[in-house]
Amino acid sequence: MENNFKQVNHNVIKVDGVSLVTGGHVYADDIDIRGMLYAAILWSPHAHARIKKIDVSKAKALPGVETVLTHKDVPRIPFTTAGQGYPEPSPYDTFILDDKVRFVGDRVAAVAAVTPEIAAKAVSLIEVEYEVLPAVLDARKAMDKGAPVIHDEKEAVIPIPVHYEPEKNLAAHVDMEVGSVKKGIEEADVVLDYEYETHYATHVPMEPHVVITWLDENARLVIRTSTQVPFHVRRMVSRALDIPVKNIRVIKPRIGGGFGGKQEILIEDLCSALTLKTGKPVRIFYTRKEEFMSSRTRHPQVIRLKTGIKKDGTLTAVDLKILMNTGAYGSHALTVLSNSGSKLLPLWRCQNVKFWGDTVYTNLPVGGAYRGYGATQSYFAMGIQIDEMAERIKMDVVEFCKKNHIRTGEGSPVFQALGEGKAGVEQKIGSCGLAECIELGAKEIGWKEKREKYADLRKSPGRYKKGVGMVALMQGSSIPEIDMGAASLKMNEDGSFNMLLGATDLGTGSDTIFAQMVAEVLGLDAHKVIVYSSDTDMTPFDVGAYASSTTYLSGYAVIKAAEKVKEQILKVAAEMLDEEWENLTIGDGKVTGRNGSKTLSEIAIYSLYEKNQFQIASHASHITHKSPPPFSAHYAEVEVDTWTGKVKVVKYVAAVDCGTPINPKLAEGQTEGAVVNALSYALTERYIFDDKGKMLNPSLNYFKIFSTADMPELKTILVPTYEETGPFGAKSVSEIGINGPLPAISNAIYNAVGGARMRKAPFTPEAVLAVIEAKK
Amino acid sequence: MKIKFELNGNPAEWEIKPGEVLLDTLRRLGLKGAKEGCRQGECGCCTVLLDGKPINSCLLVTALVAGRKLLTIEGVTPPKKKDLSHKKELHPIQQAYLESGAVQCGYCTPGMVLSTKALLDKNPSPTEEEIKKALEGVLCRCTGYSKIIDAVKLSAEKLSDGK
Ligand code: FES
Ligand code: FES
Repeated sequence: MENNFKQVNHNVIKVDGVSLVTGGHVYADDIDIRGMLYAAILWSPHAHARIKKIDVSKAKALPGVETVLTHKDVPRIPFTTAGQGYPEPSPYDTFILDDKVRFVGDRVAAVAAVTPEIAAKAVSLIEVEYEVLPAVLDARKAMDKGAPVIHDEKEAVIPIPVHYEPEKNLAAHVDMEVGSVKKGIEEADVVLDYEYETHYATHVPMEPHVVITWLDENARLVIRTSTQVPFHVRRMVSRALDIPVKNIRVIKPRIGGGFGGKQEILIEDLCSALTLKTGKPVRIFYTRKEEFMSSRTRHPQVIRLKTGIKKDGTLTAVDLKILMNTGAYGSHALTVLSNSGSKLLPLWRCQNVKFWGDTVYTNLPVGGAYRGYGATQSYFAMGIQIDEMAERIKMDVVEFCKKNHIRTGEGSPVFQALGEGKAGVEQKIGSCGLAECIELGAKEIGWKEKREKYADLRKSPGRYKKGVGMVALMQGSSIPEIDMGAASLKMNEDGSFNMLLGATDLGTGSDTIFAQMVAEVLGLDAHKVIVYSSDTDMTPFDVGAYASSTTYLSGYAVIKAAEKVKEQILKVAAEMLDEEWENLTIGDGKVTGRNGSKTLSEIAIYSLYEKNQFQIASHASHITHKSPPPFSAHYAEVEVDTWTGKVKVVKYVAAVDCGTPINPKLAEGQTEGAVVNALSYALTERYIFDDKGKMLNPSLNYFKIFSTADMPELKTILVPTYEETGPFGAKSVSEIGINGPLPAISNAIYNAVGGARMRKAPFTPEAVLAVIEAKK
Repeated sequence: MKIKFELNGNPAEWEIKPGEVLLDTLRRLGLKGAKEGCRQGECGCCTVLLDGKPINSCLLVTALVAGRKLLTIEGVTPPKKKDLSHKKELHPIQQAYLESGAVQCGYCTPGMVLSTKALLDKNPSPTEEEIKKALEGVLCRCTGYSKIIDAVKLSAEKLSDGK
């Protein structure tokens, strides 16, 4: 698309880049605070147990130990760890510390001591007597009659009016129907009905969760934390510890990756409690093992999908049923579930759509927000089933997708039926580059030549078989009429600007794209904008970095703030140049009119020192009324070793329509990061549990994420469209890429070896071999 | 106890605690470029170069550095001597990482940059396979590695142009 952008849509170097490549002291743990204590946490060895007795006297007696906290020492106020807007659509079912533990890795007690070694030693000296309770270790059995009740405490509630029945281990429920699925199935020529299963995994940010808390000179609590949601941290810590919001300051420095895992108030409550108890600075730094066992995960799902099609490829019915496992606590239990429907179902034109979902508690690790947020799971099921539908009616799946996907100008009743804890918002698609994504991706992978050839080669002898598979995707951009972002901007005398943002850059590059947006509006170089994000004492509110909202939502707040500042600048320049401000133009670092021009610096100096002085500054907020979906088509080419079952991804193509890519390299990077994360999710990442619910592989050696050595040839294609409601035409890009690899690889494996479809992830060599063997 | 060694090109003498690992010593003494990601030798975020070779500083007892040459990310970027600005003069590898979009959260970046340097010091024009092999020990969850591999190639170009 042609445009005249000078700053956006360019590969501007990251504004925080120099500090990052030089090893600057930028992360939560990179500061030194005198007298800081180190915390260690005692974790539950049981999946479900009541603490009958807990004796901390030996731990307390250890020299160097400053305090030991158990459930007896902290307020008993239920809250949710989910970092969401208020009131949260997640149940308040968590306590800072409780007399009951609900999974292996749940908190029992915490110690603060002068060294990490002493803290660890003290933890080992805590004596606990447990009454071990029967546990729920299978989501399918969670709602059985007589199943152990995980949240039997009377305090557990959900703060919004939705279905919540902890006495049945039901953490959330969603149902909706448009048209009549019964009728749609009757009209179908072919009906498919299968079950799919997705597995546990965790985010693995390279920087583990880390927080340092202290009291400032006014005895206010300061929380320096690796978070995606500083304002939600402030609100939730205020609730959990029963201290006023005004006494809390949350600082978000540079973050070493989040992916949803840091959209959680995971350790801030406990660290704050230790600081309040001791009056001293305290640090919690999760070990890698704790990251695996005691942070958050992708909610596993069991998906039953029934679809009907006509011989011409018309989709007559989609009936989606999901059983989701939220583990021991209901973090994001409702919204991940509803997102599984709301980000998938509108993509496909169909009159009859039904969605039924239950989220259940189990005594397993806790689910949470994870890039893709439920869509990763549901696209796995639908992506495979679409491939199969096309096969049944002997249609190329590429044609099938092109025929059935939603178009610009079209709406879907599902948008309105499914929101986040309340009804959704109706919307029509304003921009859709999916057809082009499908085309370009097919060309890049060599679809036409390879697809049939590989299917034919299946029958011939030979150890290695190749296959190609594809999937079409959409996501959203922000949560409409719920999320809010804000920015403030002020001008300095050298023509630079300070921008204060609540939006949280977690490594995504959002600070940079916001600087580019300001620079575009004000006609200057993006590096003239000094971005500060985020600090609840200094920066305006923002819900935080989640729901693919940052670019689309907070970006617009930034533009509005820049527009306001621009008007002020022009008016000052008008005074200086003695002409109408409406006739002036801004660009190349100056304002120009008929009577000459003034540099931004001259204008700033005039406004600060010379005449009618005032601070050129502005502030703006934004909410959205739409959540325009980005679209994407993914293609995978795999090689299957039929002797060992090992699957190697040879080439992977992701074509994505994210509207205007504000910074194309960063947009590609978002896509590539998401894709590679999901490649290892599909093939190697998994939680192995023993029969008591304990994770057995909590280390990077045994929970394998891809390294450079595992990389396929990876090709990202940006397909620009222009979203009228977005900042400079932009939509979101961060999440969508993670939804492709599971279905695309499953479809490619099928193309390579035939036999049964891989409907259960991950595709380990054993699982693939089982399919190959069964065929023989 | 005290050890003597060469730190980032200069002679250094450090007071260390017995049994302390290098990552902790570095961070305790204010060199926080090396990051902790696992303390188990599995992530590479703590990578430094010892006698030119990448090692995981979380696994090495600091005492073993005595008499050897240590390069950390701080040493890759000597401050400009000419003025008082403390402005960093980026190494061509660091510049290449920025230009390639190979830095997202940056937590793996020091380890990646140092591993790249170790590779290119030995092998100024590596193949793609050699690049993948050389960086295998440093994990990155953000970038998907594509842009990092681009950055290594660009680094090689920049370095050979500079000669
Ligand atoms: S911290 Fe040393 S390898 Fe992970
Ligand atoms: S850039 Fe975040 S881990 Fe590599």
